[in-house]
Amino acid sequence: MLRAEALEKRFGAEAVLNNVSFSLGEEETIAVVGPSGCGKTTLLYMLCGLSAPSAGQVLLDGKPVNGPRSDISIILQDYGLLPWKTVLDNVALGLKVQGVGRRKRLQRAEAVLDELGIAAKAGDYPGTLSGGQQQRVAIARAFVTRPRLMLLDEPFSSLDAMTREKMQGIMLNVWSRRRVPSVLVTHSLEEAVTLGRKILVLGGSPATPVACFDNPGFGDPDLKTTDAGFAMLRDIRKTLEERW
Amino acid sequence: MVALLRYAAVILVIGVLWKIASVALGNMILPDPLDAMGAFLSAMGTAGFWKHFAASAWRVVAAMALAWGIAFPLGLLMGSVRRLDAMLAPFVFLTYPIPKIVLLPVFLLILGLGDSSKIAMISLILGYQILVTTRDGVRAIHPKYFDSVRSLGGSRWNLVTEVLVPAALPHGFTSLRLGTGVAVAVLFFVESFATTSGLGYIIMDAWGAMDYIRMFTGILGMSLLGAVLYEAANLLEKRLCRWMFLRKKS
Repeated sequence: MLRAEALEKRFGAEAVLNNVSFSLGEEETIAVVGPSGCGKTTLLYMLCGLSAPSAGQVLLDGKPVNGPRSDISIILQDYGLLPWKTVLDNVALGLKVQGVGRRKRLQRAEAVLDELGIAAKAGDYPGTLSGGQQQRVAIARAFVTRPRLMLLDEPFSSLDAMTREKMQGIMLNVWSRRRVPSVLVTHSLEEAVTLGRKILVLGGSPATPVACFDNPGFGDPDLKTTDAGFAMLRDIRKTLEERW
Repeated sequence: MVALLRYAAVILVIGVLWKIASVALGNMILPDPLDAMGAFLSAMGTAGFWKHFAASAWRVVAAMALAWGIAFPLGLLMGSVRRLDAMLAPFVFLTYPIPKIVLLPVFLLILGLGDSSKIAMISLILGYQILVTTRDGVRAIHPKYFDSVRSLGGSRWNLVTEVLVPAALPHGFTSLRLGTGVAVAVLFFVESFATTSGLGYIIMDAWGAMDYIRMFTGILGMSLLGAVLYEAANLLEKRLCRWMFLRKKS
């Protein structure tokens, strides 16, 4: 359903990404890992149309992605919640932009907040919430539009270890019900192994895909503590170190 | 309630300092604060005082509304449209340091001796502050908020209504609130001649007649007007930018 074809991104004379190609099928997740600053976020911005590739193209269901669209949801690195809107209005924003009527969009937003166990905070402002609560609101906002594709930009990076694991569990729970194809960018290899059906490793400068691991055991929060998970982590780390 | 207590404490401190100064300078130049306050309170029971108060309030409120209505949208445009900013910013920043109060005779010649010239003068001075603060505030909006709405498929209009205006409102209101002091100061100046109404007129008329008790009635009236305007702007800001005043619970 998603194909990235020979994507390149240059900022002036500096090439950041070069020849990035991969595909994502229905009900699949792919985790993109790589060193800090290698262009992972830039890749996500190109996938959702926020940034145009310098070369190559992104195809969703065979059609090129030429700009931001309402059927692609992205959870930005620091959640991207608007501080002047209540939690409920933040979650309903995507529906508002689509032209959904007020009553209907608030009903749908309330339902998703309820699903994520944060309905009690609907009237609060994001600035009064903890990091974990803000993250749940961001997830609710991404899912409320019933997107065709979900993109996550280091969604749990600013959370403490315990909250991060809890949020990964919540994410898996929601994902297992909705099965939205997802691309996750992360610098945490453990997170990639837990959430990614495929794991794409970027390396070099400009960054290019250096390996793509198949991870059939994904979705199990305890995978990283098993022999298979440990071996996967070791292989990814080794690949990254070789191309550092 | 807390605000009222704070005001009461400030009035008490000023009253004590005033009393000391009054004793030191002599009651002729600086009347006793209790006498001045008594005269002020009794003036508040007369229609004449409120006629002057209303004239001043109309001028300054109309000027503030006019300044905000023009400067805030212009600040939004300058902060968000680079080409427009490139055209207007040199003009704004070159004329910003000029003391615009010196243009009052020009305004009086063009707009006449009525309220229009006074309102225009206050608007011009206050408008500059609102314009510059709003424009700088818009330029400081983090791009992530625009990305957030764009990523949802938001249009340009959505960016304006969901990000630009709500993010700039606190800057607009802060400049309005801080500008109340400037607005009242300019009000005093523009009411000090070529008029027979307003608190500024009372002050200057009483000063000329050496009626210092009445002069302080005007001064206290203008202080009251300034405090009411400040609190009104403060209340408006807290109502419309509620999210700015909330703190994280955990």
